[in-house]
Amino acid sequence: MSTPNLSRRSALFGAAALGTLAVASACTSNETPNNTQTKGADTNNPNAAAGKQVTIGFSAPAADHGWIAAITNNAKAQAATYKDVTFKQVEAGKDAAAQRAVLETLIAEKPDVIVLLPHDGKELNAFGLKAMAAGIPVVNLDRAFPDALAYRCQIKGDNYGMGVAAGHYIGKALKAKNIASPVIGEIAGMDELELTQERSQGFKAALATYGFTVSNRRAARFTADSGQAEATGLFQALNKIDAVWNHDDDQGIGVLAAMNSSNRKEFLLVGGAGSKAAIEAIAKDDSPLKATVTYSPSMASSAISLARLIGQSKGMADLVELQVPKEIILASETITKENASTYLRLGF
Amino acid sequence: MTTTTTPQTQQPAATPRVSFWRDEAKEPWRRNLALIGVLILLFIIGAVIRPELYGDPKWVFDNMMVILQQASAIGVVTVGMTFIIIGGGIDLSVGALIALAGVWCTTVATQSFGSAGMIFTAVAVGVGAGLVNGVLIAYGRLVPFIATLAMLVAARGLAARISGKQTQVSTDQFINSIASTRPFGIPMLALILVAVAALGWVLLNRTTFGRRTVAIGGNAEAARLAGINVRRHTMLLYALSGLCCGIAAIMLTSLATSSQAAAAELYELDAIAAAIIGGTLLTGGRGTIVGSMIGVVIFATITNLFAITNTPTEAQNMVKGGIIVLAVLIQQLKFKSVKQMLIRT
Repeated sequence: MSTPNLSRRSALFGAAALGTLAVASACTSNETPNNTQTKGADTNNPNAAAGKQVTIGFSAPAADHGWIAAITNNAKAQAATYKDVTFKQVEAGKDAAAQRAVLETLIAEKPDVIVLLPHDGKELNAFGLKAMAAGIPVVNLDRAFPDALAYRCQIKGDNYGMGVAAGHYIGKALKAKNIASPVIGEIAGMDELELTQERSQGFKAALATYGFTVSNRRAARFTADSGQAEATGLFQALNKIDAVWNHDDDQGIGVLAAMNSSNRKEFLLVGGAGSKAAIEAIAKDDSPLKATVTYSPSMASSAISLARLIGQSKGMADLVELQVPKEIILASETITKENASTYLRLGF
Repeated sequence: MTTTTTPQTQQPAATPRVSFWRDEAKEPWRRNLALIGVLILLFIIGAVIRPELYGDPKWVFDNMMVILQQASAIGVVTVGMTFIIIGGGIDLSVGALIALAGVWCTTVATQSFGSAGMIFTAVAVGVGAGLVNGVLIAYGRLVPFIATLAMLVAARGLAARISGKQTQVSTDQFINSIASTRPFGIPMLALILVAVAALGWVLLNRTTFGRRTVAIGGNAEAARLAGINVRRHTMLLYALSGLCCGIAAIMLTSLATSSQAAAAELYELDAIAAAIIGGTLLTGGRGTIVGSMIGVVIFATITNLFAITNTPTEAQNMVKGGIIVLAVLIQQLKFKSVKQMLIRT
């Protein structure tokens, strides 16, 4: 019978497939440009001088998203700029429960300060309380603990403010063009997240001050392919659009692709978060993307700096207080063609 | 698995003429007609809510083309999924394989080999990962559900590792232009879908491979006793699904001009749902490519309709979930009534 033949054939086939995979595996290398937002030692700053050795424990979710990736990279890079900082990163695992488990072991190792971007602020609030009770100050990054006792310092972005900034930019631009009842589209991020709701509320509120409303709102998934799909839907729904706010520059890659393939460029596009590619496109000024409102992952770098100061019992040099403040909320800044060159350094 | 009871040789003149609506063999036709009815219903709903758009023939044609374009990648995956389910299996890893193939073909290193290198890589990664699924299921005796679920997690993980969790932009002009090319006003991606679906139809209905797939899905043991190499065939089915994922990865990369580890989220659910709605039996042994394709178009039309009527995403997900449950319920009821009919006669 032909069975031996067949198995030989399948063996050959299998070997060929494995060989192909081996060849393809050579194609996985990526140049990783040094693209982090850090601030090196400023010699005029009295805090720059090396002080007491500080061990900083760090944990942030390992999401598949550029922004979160930038958070971890920034934290690492900022820590590396200090000679007196030992950076100890623990994997956050898949969800809040997993993150809680690894953080328990972190407490046992007794770092001087913990910088934590939790999977969910509410779910990890108890951990914050526990670490603080154990005498380890916690710097809560971005996703806020509801309980003020759970952190020594909180540094976060302003989602509502981001929507407000986008709304004001669009409102002013359309007023300047004298458009009485404009058609405004919104491509939001993941709708089940509180931050998306806050951004949309801010956007709505700011537009309302100009007497404008959102004509159509689509929610994507922070990914380029979902951005493409939702933008395509938006373009089908609205024959003529005056302005679109896209919450996230990563999904904005898909939005731009949809604009190109459906040949829709009649409107003003505002992005969100402040990716490097978006800032470059704004500087070039050859597409409808005219501005982006920031939600910068540079906050991770600042969180490490704050953690160091807390560990060394120092204050922020420019302020009168002798200790680091309890809460810092970054302002959402609007990047336009005029200031793009200054912000390029902060693009991720 | 045949259910025809028509006597053919004894008395040809007295052959009872079974009407189109009762003939069991015509079931796929009736189902596809019903699905087209659903499409027409969706169109009418849209026309009632947004008459100013649906009144414009140019817009209507353009919108149909957009629906086909948006359905294309998921459609290609559904062709592979239809084969898998007819063969008695399930592939939960398709979305993850698209992400992995997409990320692998858009690395800086792969892009340096040009369009051909990117296409080759995507297809090779898809087929390779599909083969791993197939070997685990056919020779490792893993339940398809578990094996492909493991592949789902692993492939997304590997994709995240390769991409460094970043969105990888495609700078290849040819790949990027596929999605924006429209020969005769028809999106290139839709044409690719039609070609893949046609090939799938021929493979399923006109080749030994297709007949074996149906036989194995209907009764694997009987197929084995009939001399079919069930294991090898099962392995090939998963490789075929992987191939479809590789092709879809290129299509999706072209649409979004980029790729990332989180891409093609929940495509497995959409592909399985489209196949079920199209009449593919979840227990295997039965299904049509045409039905699956109409299923895909129905889903894309619903998504499109929700955008046009400015309905929130959560409503869309609820409706989609409801449709899937309804389709399976109808399938089960039908299956039961056919069984009862057979028992009675």
